[in-house]
Amino acid sequence: MNLFFSFSALVILILLAVIGVEAVKLEFLFGVIIPYVAIAFFLIGIIYKVIYWARSPVPFRITTTAGQQKSLPWIKNSKLESPNTTLGVIGRMLLEVLLFRSLFRNTKAELKKGPKLVYGSSRYLWLAALAFHWAFLIIVLRHFRYFSEPIPAFVPFLQNLDGFLQIGLPILYITNVLIVVALTYLFFRRLFDPKLKYFSLASDYFPLLLLLGIALTGILMRYFTKVDIVSVKEMAVGLFSFQPVVPEGIGVMFYLHLFLVSVLLAYFPFSKLMHFAGVFLSPTRNLANNNRMKRHVNPWNAPVRIHTYEEYEDEFRDVMKASGLPLEKE
Amino acid sequence: MYDSGKIIIGIIIFIALFTFPTWYLFTSGEAAPMPDLVYPENEDQKECVYSAEYMRASHMDLLNEWRDIVVREGKRTFTTTAGKKFEMSMTNTCLGCHSNKAQFCDQCHNYLEVNPYCWDCHVDPSQLENQ
Repeated sequence: MNLFFSFSALVILILLAVIGVEAVKLEFLFGVIIPYVAIAFFLIGIIYKVIYWARSPVPFRITTTAGQQKSLPWIKNSKLESPNTTLGVIGRMLLEVLLFRSLFRNTKAELKKGPKLVYGSSRYLWLAALAFHWAFLIIVLRHFRYFSEPIPAFVPFLQNLDGFLQIGLPILYITNVLIVVALTYLFFRRLFDPKLKYFSLASDYFPLLLLLGIALTGILMRYFTKVDIVSVKEMAVGLFSFQPVVPEGIGVMFYLHLFLVSVLLAYFPFSKLMHFAGVFLSPTRNLANNNRMKRHVNPWNAPVRIHTYEEYEDEFRDVMKASGLPLEKE
Repeated sequence: MYDSGKIIIGIIIFIALFTFPTWYLFTSGEAAPMPDLVYPENEDQKECVYSAEYMRASHMDLLNEWRDIVVREGKRTFTTTAGKKFEMSMTNTCLGCHSNKAQFCDQCHNYLEVNPYCWDCHVDPSQLENQ
């Protein structure tokens, strides 16, 4: 049901764009208005979400560590897995953001014949996730040949690196293969494991299918159906410089690609894709494990009314004196 | 809001990166010069092997196909849908009409940072004359 819902949503979106551009000729709507609205949703939505998250106090350092914490000088501590300094935390965050350190620890439980419960490491998820995210980043950066004029130096560098194999013409990009393979794996992983399938929601399937749709329309455009990319760049530069133009005859595949990207951008702040911002705000990753070295006061602690002994003595001085009790101050 | 300093720095970095195309376009000077192609003048050079629309989108596929046919099969004659015959040669046929690489090929290729490896082997005839 969840899968059916996600898949039909994607099909409806594709039909919307194809009919809208091909039959109703709404190029301006699909090429200008929807992208702008989507970008507004994306920017405002993400800022809103991050500020909303930042309003939650983190009263205590949640130290889920994977290494020896700093204690006695003769016990060797793990500086990256259980950092107690800001530098260590930055290192841990870099490992997490760039290499998905905690996903690398992923394990799985399997029921083998016997019956015997077997635990083991499961690194395919990590591998596919890493392949997808890096391929996606490189593909986005490669798109700056459409977005910018003059084209920044990193674009030809990435193109040469990515097209290193020089297969076919237009040259096959390694990331184009990687992103499709990785997304396909991530999608079928949810279908073929009954446990995963049981708790996979529409919000798990839909982003994967949407990203796959974006990747495939892009690949179709580059290698098969072809679009007029000079007009595409004219349009992209127009959009980013707030002078939108809609050149004639770009081809429906481009509008489909752009529409799916717009949907992704608009959907982003409401989806699980917000882990992009959330990873930076993970209390278990971004707080140093220094609970035993520094005092962390709960920010919502109510002020406690204290009645010290001196105040007590002042209050009952006369009575205490009369009954002969010893006093600190006469 | 807690840790507002760090959160605001993070949000500013995010906005700066996401809006890179816009502020880059505004700070990098003049607007993008559109490709300005110079087409052959002579009457007998008005007709290409395929329509302009097809060539604009798929000339690289055609060149790739020609290369394979010439190098691997040794065939050199290409017949257009109109029945006209051409030699399958980039240097002689394509560059025979579109003689100025800088004002034809490079216009779009530079605009979109396309670096075809045609020129690893082929020479630009207009460059030869200059030398």
